[in-house]
Amino acid sequence: MTTSNHKAPFPWHILFFLAPGLLIYVSISVYPLLDTLWLGFFEEDESGQRFFSGLKNYQTLLFDAVWSEPFWNALWNNTKFFIVHMLVQNPIGLMLAVLLSSPRLQWSNSYRTLIFMPTMLSVVIIGFVWQLLLSPIWGISENFLYDIGLGEYFDAWLGNEGTALTTLSLISVWQFVGIPMMLIYASLLNIPDELIDASVVDGSSAWQTFWNIKLPLILPTIGMVSILTFVANFNAFELIYAVKGALAGPNFSTDIMGTLFYRTFFGFQLQSGSITMGAAVATLMFLIILIGVAIYLFLVQRRMQRFQL
Amino acid sequence: MRNTPLKGAGFQMAGLALGIAISSTSVQAADWLVIESWRNDDTKIWSDVIIPAFNKVHPDIKVEFNPTPPSDYNSALSAKLQGGTAGDLITCRPFDVSLSLYNKGYLEPLNDVEGMKHFSDVAKSAWVTDDGAANFCMPMASVIHGFIYNKEIFEELGLKEPRTETEFFDLLNTIKTESRYIPLVMGTADQWEAATMGFQNVGPNYWKGEEGRKNLISGDEKITDDQYVKVWEHLSKWSPYMGRGYKGQRYSDSQNLFTLGRGAIYPAGSWDIPTFNEQADFKFGAFFPPVPDGQDTCYISDHTDIAMGINKASKNKKSAKIFLNWMASQDFAELYSNALPGFFSLANHKIEIKDPVAQEFLSWRDECQQTIRNSYQILSRGTPSMENELWNVSVQVLNGKMTPENAAAQVESGLSKWYAPHQ
Repeated sequence: MTTSNHKAPFPWHILFFLAPGLLIYVSISVYPLLDTLWLGFFEEDESGQRFFSGLKNYQTLLFDAVWSEPFWNALWNNTKFFIVHMLVQNPIGLMLAVLLSSPRLQWSNSYRTLIFMPTMLSVVIIGFVWQLLLSPIWGISENFLYDIGLGEYFDAWLGNEGTALTTLSLISVWQFVGIPMMLIYASLLNIPDELIDASVVDGSSAWQTFWNIKLPLILPTIGMVSILTFVANFNAFELIYAVKGALAGPNFSTDIMGTLFYRTFFGFQLQSGSITMGAAVATLMFLIILIGVAIYLFLVQRRMQRFQL
Repeated sequence: MRNTPLKGAGFQMAGLALGIAISSTSVQAADWLVIESWRNDDTKIWSDVIIPAFNKVHPDIKVEFNPTPPSDYNSALSAKLQGGTAGDLITCRPFDVSLSLYNKGYLEPLNDVEGMKHFSDVAKSAWVTDDGAANFCMPMASVIHGFIYNKEIFEELGLKEPRTETEFFDLLNTIKTESRYIPLVMGTADQWEAATMGFQNVGPNYWKGEEGRKNLISGDEKITDDQYVKVWEHLSKWSPYMGRGYKGQRYSDSQNLFTLGRGAIYPAGSWDIPTFNEQADFKFGAFFPPVPDGQDTCYISDHTDIAMGINKASKNKKSAKIFLNWMASQDFAELYSNALPGFFSLANHKIEIKDPVAQEFLSWRDECQQTIRNSYQILSRGTPSMENELWNVSVQVLNGKMTPENAAAQVESGLSKWYAPHQ
């Protein structure tokens, strides 16, 4: 048998087709990421000379109170930011998707477009518009509340330590609610009508149909939406920066990982920036997201039941 | 003309071609200077007034003013310097921000620039190495803190400028009880006003200007000392007189409220004068920070705020130095101080200021002792930066979330974490 000794030629064509994508991915994503991880192990002196210092940046960041207090504060605020999105954005997104997919709803395309619109606007515009709406000086929200009899509850929500973060989270929810809506809407449309019809024939109410037929079928999408929310929230920065600036006041109550990173890396006013410390913060942000995604993949995604439709 | 028309045309063509050749070489020879700055408010004045004036003397050097918004300036500049894309002339922040740029080798030493002789050591002090060996930016201007007030409202209510603290708070009280105007127009949403127009504005009266500032650096005084706690005590009394919703009020909101005539007194820096000149249609005046009762000497913050340096990586250093020397001239000092009333030239030239409010601010130099902001030299070098801490705690004191004692304790404990004289 001669064919057994014959080696198949190296599959150059595979390499050829992979190369463009791989090159782009490696050069603009993998390399900067690895370089950031590497940079986090260095320190810089006054003259800008870098020297290797191992895990010292991380030790400072996690255990020296000057750095660790802002760090844990930012992490906790970021978690609250995420919780608000999970509790408000995704349920509303789900509800809107279910409403939109109802065959009896008229103008559903217009609603869909209108609700998705803010997602496409620049965060700077969103921040500016909402600041004006909520402004205690020029804003319309105070009069609006008076008109519906809730005037005394008005406050400068963006300026109070207790309410600023929640207000900002809700602005962000308002902006991005279109994304879970669209994703869930798309997967709702994928459910075959026969299944719904069969459940109606079997006598289930609208609620039972949703709970027992639709929800289990769109659960993987909801899982995906959650993980996208997680990644986006822990990378968030623009809205807070646009509205509260890099010092994320009052008293750092709106400081999240993104703004902490910005202050560390670029510096702020008289505080000079540190590229290496910034890289360490960025690495921790990366690790937090990595851990979150891993937990989701191993604990949730694998156990999820999928149905062949 | 003896030439045939054709010949003449030929000459003209040749002349034209030569002309193009000459002008194109002269364009190549002309240096193109780009100025990095955070003063985006001044873009128009630079392009319409200052640069044309420079080009009258040096028509062969083209200058472009290329500002970045103030809050992004420091980060954008250091990124550009690292990437080698920064302009030739760098507008310098005072003290450590620029010092660190010099230490990293981004700024050219300017000791040999002739124009530097027109500046006093005090003026140069914000842009010199710790050992005093190298100057790296040429001082441009200082800004003075104080209060600007709406003269029409003062006339309407029959008020006069306060000199002492009691008078000041009585005045605020009168405005609050007898009119619908906002007594004190300032917000805490942007944070920096609380420290800059609040703490650094009224503070020097308490810590005795330079004396206190130097003692703080040497460690002889602590922020927890009485005189500093009193500054925050003073600030905590402002809250009832600030407008409704001041916690959500931004700097631009405050400027608009004041220029719309809805507020009486505006804690200010002289840099607000050009904006107010343009936007307010009423007469406004200024008074210096009221002194504590029984104190004779007044202290003002006359802050060396802005300077100009040369990018070490610039290819046009020679032209850049010509520009700096021009900036040290009497002409520039006069032009700048009058085009931008409120920015006071730091050069030793005698200049005449035409704007009445700017004159008022400037007159305090004779009446009061001057100092600069106490957090700018050395004390904001480490982590946490004292300047950031001052923003944060001053806002909290004004918001009623923190007592003056706790504010002082937090800033002192921040300093003690890295600054040996305070340990």
